[in-house]
Amino acid sequence: MINRIASFGRSGIDLVISFGQAGRFLAGVLSGVPHPATGFPLLMKQLYSVGVLSLAIIVVSGLFIGMVLGLQGYTILSDFGSEAAIGQMIALTLVRELGPVVTALLFAGRAGSALTAEIGLMKATEQLSSMEMMGVDPLRRVIAPRLWAGFIAMPVLAIIFSMVGIWGGMLVGVEWLGVFEGSYWGNMQASVDFWDDVVNGVIKSVVFGFVCAWIAVYQGYDCVPTSAGISSATTKTVVYSSLAVLGLDFVLTAVMFGNF
Amino acid sequence: MTQRTTDITVGLFMLAGLAALLFLALQVSGLSPKSAKSTYTIYADFNDTGGITPRGRVSMAGVTVGTIDSISLNKETFQARVAMSIHGDVDNIPADSAAVIRTSGLLGEQYIDISIGGEMDSLKEGDTFYSTQSAMNIERLISNFASGK
Amino acid sequence: MGLSSYISLKDVVFSRSGRRIFNGVSVDIPRGKITAIMGPSGSGKTTLLRLVGGQLRPDSGSIMVDGHPISELRRKELYKFREKMGMLFQSGALFTDLSVYENVAFPMRVHTKLPEDMIHDIVLMKLEAVGLRGARKLMPSELSGGMGRRVALARSIALDPELIMYDEPFAGQDPIGMGVLVKLIRDLNSSMGLTSVLVSHDVKESLSICHYACIIADGKVIGTGTPAELQDHPSEQVQQFLNGHPDGPVPFHYPSSAAAEDFGLSGGVS
Repeated sequence: MINRIASFGRSGIDLVISFGQAGRFLAGVLSGVPHPATGFPLLMKQLYSVGVLSLAIIVVSGLFIGMVLGLQGYTILSDFGSEAAIGQMIALTLVRELGPVVTALLFAGRAGSALTAEIGLMKATEQLSSMEMMGVDPLRRVIAPRLWAGFIAMPVLAIIFSMVGIWGGMLVGVEWLGVFEGSYWGNMQASVDFWDDVVNGVIKSVVFGFVCAWIAVYQGYDCVPTSAGISSATTKTVVYSSLAVLGLDFVLTAVMFGNF
Repeated sequence: MTQRTTDITVGLFMLAGLAALLFLALQVSGLSPKSAKSTYTIYADFNDTGGITPRGRVSMAGVTVGTIDSISLNKETFQARVAMSIHGDVDNIPADSAAVIRTSGLLGEQYIDISIGGEMDSLKEGDTFYSTQSAMNIERLISNFASGK
Repeated sequence: MGLSSYISLKDVVFSRSGRRIFNGVSVDIPRGKITAIMGPSGSGKTTLLRLVGGQLRPDSGSIMVDGHPISELRRKELYKFREKMGMLFQSGALFTDLSVYENVAFPMRVHTKLPEDMIHDIVLMKLEAVGLRGARKLMPSELSGGMGRRVALARSIALDPELIMYDEPFAGQDPIGMGVLVKLIRDLNSSMGLTSVLVSHDVKESLSICHYACIIADGKVIGTGTPAELQDHPSEQVQQFLNGHPDGPVPFHYPSSAAAEDFGLSGGVS
C-alpha cells in the first residue's frame, strides 16, 4: 500500500519535472533572436516542409469534411424545413471548431511526427552533439526554426481548411441537393461574425500550432536516441498533441463562446 | 531544391492563407468595407426583451438598418434598456416611431423592428424611443387564451 | 602538469542516472601530442571526451583546457571556446541534409564572415587533405562509412582547431579504412601541431600512433605512460586489457549466483 502511494507520488513528481524540463527547453529555444540573414532561410525551409507539404492532406480532408457536413446537415435540417440554414451550420462548425481542431490533429500526425522523428534521428546520429561541439547551439539552429514554422503554418492551414470545407459544403448543398445559393451565402453572412467567429477560430489554431510544434520538437529533442526510443517519441507526439488539442479546445471554447 | 524555389513556394502558401482569410472575412462573415461606416446610438426601454441578444438585428420594413449593442437593466424603472446602433445614412427615423420586438417565423430568432411614426422630427444620437412593444411571449399568450381573457 | 599539458583533469567524479562512471580520475594530456585513452567498452571513454568538450559537467573535480576551467565557463564563453576544438564522432555525424561540400563549409559559414570564394578554397583544401576532393558534390547517404568519417574529419579541422578529439575512429573500419585513418591522424598531428586525443579500444592501432596512452577501467585510471611503458606495466588488469585475455581481473562471467542454483542442481529440488 505504502509502495503504491509512493510510486503514485513519484510519477506525479516525474510529471512536474518533465513539464519543468519542457518549459526550460522552450525558454532555451526562444531566447536569443537569430540573425535574420541565417535564420530566415532556415525558417523558410521548415515552413516549406511543415506547411506547404501538409497542404495536400489539409485541402483534401477539408473538402471531404465540408461535403459530409453538407450531406448530414441537409438531412437533419430538411426535417424542420430549414435546409436553407445549411450554409450557416457548415460555416459555424468549420470556422469555430472543425477547422482549427481537425487541422491540428492532421498536423500532429503529418508534420509533428515527422519533426519528432527527424530531430530524434539527428540526435541518434550525433548530429546535434556535433553541432554543439562546433560551437553552434542546436536549440537555436535546429529546433527554433521548426518551432516557429509550426506556429506560423498552423493558422494558415486552418484558414485554408475552413475555406475549402465551406466550398465543399456548397458543392453538396447547392450544386447537388439544390439549396438556393443566395440563401446558402446569405444565411452564412447573417450569422457568422468576423471577429467573434473567424478571428476566435484563428486564435484557437494559433494556440494549437504552438502547442503541437512544441510537443513535437521537445519529444524529438528529449527522446532516447535508439530506434525504439524514436518510435516511442513519435507515438507520444501524436498522442500528446491530440489530447492537448482536444483539451485546450474545450477550455478555449468555454472562454470564447461560453457566454458566461 | 534551391533556396529561391523554397522561398517562392512558401510565399505562395502564405498568400493562399491570406486569400482564404479574405474569403472567410468577405464571403463567409459578410464583413464588408462599407459596414465600417458611421453609426449613431439610440435607446429603447422594454418591459420584456424576450430573447433578443447583443449583435441582433434591428430592421425597418424588413431591411436591416442596425444592430443591438447592449441590453441592461434600468434600475429606476425596472425596464430593460436596449442600446442599438443605427446606420448613419438612415438619419430620418420619425421621433414618434415605436420599437417592437418581433420573431422571424414561429421559432426563429427575435429582432427589433422599428414601426414608423408620422412626426417630422427624427431621432438623433442618444435619443430614446417614445413607445415600445415588448416581446410576444407564447406561453403568456396561450395561458391568456386558455383562461378566456 | 606544467605548461606542456593542454588538458588536465583532476579528481573528476561523474555519475549518470545513479551510476558512478568516474571515481576520481586525473589525467594530463600534453600539448601537441597524440594521447590515446583506452579502456573496455562501457568504461566511460566517450563520456570523458564530452566532459572535456563541456557537454557534460562533472559532479566534482576540475577540468582545465588550455588554462580555462571548462566546466565553469558560461554558456556563451563555452560556445566561443569550442571553436578551438574539433571532435570526430563515432558515427561521423554529418548533417544528412547537406552535401559533403556544405558539411565542411558549415563551421566556417557559422563562425566566420569569409567571402564565398575563400570558403570554397578552404573547403577544397580540407577535402584534399582527407583525399575526398572529388566527392564534394555527394550527399552523406552516398558515402561509405569510412569516407563519411573522413569528411567529418575534414569538417572538424575546418576552423584549424588547437585540439581534436577522436571518438572511436577505428570502430567498424576495414583494414584499409583503418590504415587511412591512422595515417590521417598521424599526419594532422605532425603537420598542424594539433593536440590530439584518441579514444579507442583498438589497442594495436592506438598504440601504434599515440605518444602517450592512458587506460581507464572501473571509473579509475589504471595505467598511464608511453606505449612501451605500458607493455611492461606490472598491473594484471592492464596486461589483460592490452593482450585481450578472456578471463582475469575482469571476469568472463557477469556477476551471478552460484551456477548450481540456476541449473537446479542444489539438491532440494525434486
